[in-house]
Order: sequence, then structure tokens, then C-alpha cells
Amino acid sequence: MAKVIVVTSGKGGVGKTTTSASFSSGLAMRGNRTVVIDFDVGLRNLDLIMGCERRVVYDIINVINGEVSLKQALIKDKNCDNLYILPASQTRDKDALNLEGVERILDELKESFDFIVCDSPAGIESGAFTAMYFADEALVVTNPEVSSVRDSDRILGILAAKSKRAVEGLEPVKEHLLVTRYDPKRVNTGAMLSVVDIQEILRIPLLGVIPESASVLQASNAGTPAIHLDKSDVAEAYRDVVGRFMGEDLPMRFISEKAGFFKRLLGGH
Amino acid sequence: MSMIVGLIDYLRGNEKKSAVVAKERLQIILAHERAGRGTATPDYLPALQEELMAVIAKYIHIDRDSFKVQLEKHDQYDVLELNITLPDKINSRV
Repeated sequence: MAKVIVVTSGKGGVGKTTTSASFSSGLAMRGNRTVVIDFDVGLRNLDLIMGCERRVVYDIINVINGEVSLKQALIKDKNCDNLYILPASQTRDKDALNLEGVERILDELKESFDFIVCDSPAGIESGAFTAMYFADEALVVTNPEVSSVRDSDRILGILAAKSKRAVEGLEPVKEHLLVTRYDPKRVNTGAMLSVVDIQEILRIPLLGVIPESASVLQASNAGTPAIHLDKSDVAEAYRDVVGRFMGEDLPMRFISEKAGFFKRLLGGH
Repeated sequence: MSMIVGLIDYLRGNEKKSAVVAKERLQIILAHERAGRGTATPDYLPALQEELMAVIAKYIHIDRDSFKVQLEKHDQYDVLELNITLPDKINSRV
């Protein structure tokens, strides 16, 4: 049975689209038939992060309105064989997304995909609500910063009360915490919330920690999801996230400071 | 007093780290926000206060400041508290 996963956060700029791109790529790299949908109608950006912006012809609103078939709107990813992208509309407003239309699309996608990743827009308005409504699982992307943690908590409240699973009294949406832009150095000096602090506050299982890194900007500049970068902590961290999501028991990495040259020389870790 | 404690802390170098402050602030605000979630939100309180005041003002001349409506949340029940300070001469009809 296909799984619908929403990548959400409440707050903007924390790494939802970066995560959607890398997470869906990671799932596809492991042979899962995967589709990633941009729900940010009016402000689409997943296409840029995936590097397929010039191949967008039709979008999700065209499909909802019955103007084109789903097949016509899906864009095949340039890096992964099993990955397709369904872009958001750039010209329509977010009210064009309706629950019935989205449900129809998701039901059709479920027939041919294993995973459907929904990249939520920021906020708690209709776009974000529609993106999370049908979710089976949720990746809650959180920065180690007070406003992001608070917004994540709000989103968790909405998932628990207003998602389809909640409304219909089914098993609740499975929640995963993903801490991004993490800087162990600043955590050690007491200048940043630790991953333990965040987990203690939000009280949901930790799926992974993505370190703060220049390579995220490098990846978005190039239009290549960060998970594909060579010799990058971010890429490895995202691969771990996907592994854990698929049920592998992997130790958390990138949560402690990298040993400097002298420390290593002196036999530090 | 707290200034001296603060100064000693500062000199000793055990000034509260900002991450600790962040965590404490989050725990307090989220406890508050979670408590209000799922239950009837007290959005109606201002309207309720206005209407109650209008009714009481028909009979007794009261000051806006002498009228308080509060909703306290407990585990099993909520308490709606009305606190009206009546003027000295209670039968002063408007």
C-alpha cells in the first residue's frame, strides 16, 4: 500500500523543500517508486531545487481541473529513475487546491507509486492544511530555534486534531522529527538548543539531524538535491534519514563537534 | 538582591546560557498553548464580558475596571470566574 508522507514545519525557511527533494530522491535511490508533490501553489520552488524548472509544462491545478492527465503533468527526475515530480501552479492562487481534487490525485498516484511525498507550504493556511490532510506519516522539519520549535508544536497539534486520520478516528499520523541546520559547535557552547532539548519539548521520535552546511546552498544553486552531493555531511545525513525511515537502525551522526586537526593528532575522536 | 546574584553568576562565569533560556521559554509557552488546544477556546470571553456588563449596568452603575471575567482550566473542569466590585452605594440605579 502506497504511503503518503507530508514534509511540514509551520515556519518558513527551515528546509522543507530541501528535505522533500533529498528525502524523495533517497527513497527512489533505494528502488522505491516515488513521487514528490509541490503544494506551494503560487510560490512553487520544488522544481528549482530538483532542477527541472524548465521542463514544467503542466501542474497540479491543471490536473485537478481535469485539463490534463496526471501522466502529462508528472516530470521524470533527471537523477533517479524511480522519481517523478508534480509541480505546483505558479499563477493560480492557493484556493484552487481543494481536498476532493487532491484526494482524487493521491488515489490515482497510489496505484503506481510506493511513496507520495507532499512538500507543504509554510503557514497553517489552506495549502499547508491540504498537504497534511491525507498524510499517513509526517516529517516535521525543525530548526534549533525557538520560533521554529513553537511552530512545529502547533503543526503537531493540527496533525493530531484535523488530519483525515484524526477526523476519521483512524490510527494517528506517524510523526518524525527532523532537526535541520544543526550546529554542534554552537550547541556545545550553550548558544543553540540541542537535539535532546528539542526532542524533550516536542516529544516525537527523532528521525535525523541535518547539520548546518554550505553545501545546501551549493545544491540549490545547481538544482541538484543535496543528497546527491559528494563528500557532504548533509548528503550522508539525508541518506541516514532515508535508511532510518526504511527501518534501518543507524546511529545518529553529525550531532557532536567534528574533531579539529590537533584533537585528531592528539588521539581525540 | 537578584542583581547581586546576577553579578556573582557573571563573575563566576555561570551566566545562564541562551539555549537554556530558550528551552525554558519554550516549555512555558507551549504548556500554555497546548492547554488551550482541543478544548473550547476562550475566544468568546471578551464578548461574554461585554454582554454581562451590559446586563449588570442596567441595574447597577459599575465601573469597567471593577468587572473581571476569567476562565481557569483544571484537569477535569474549567472555572468561569466573574469578579464584580460593586460601588459603595449599591442601589444607585442608573
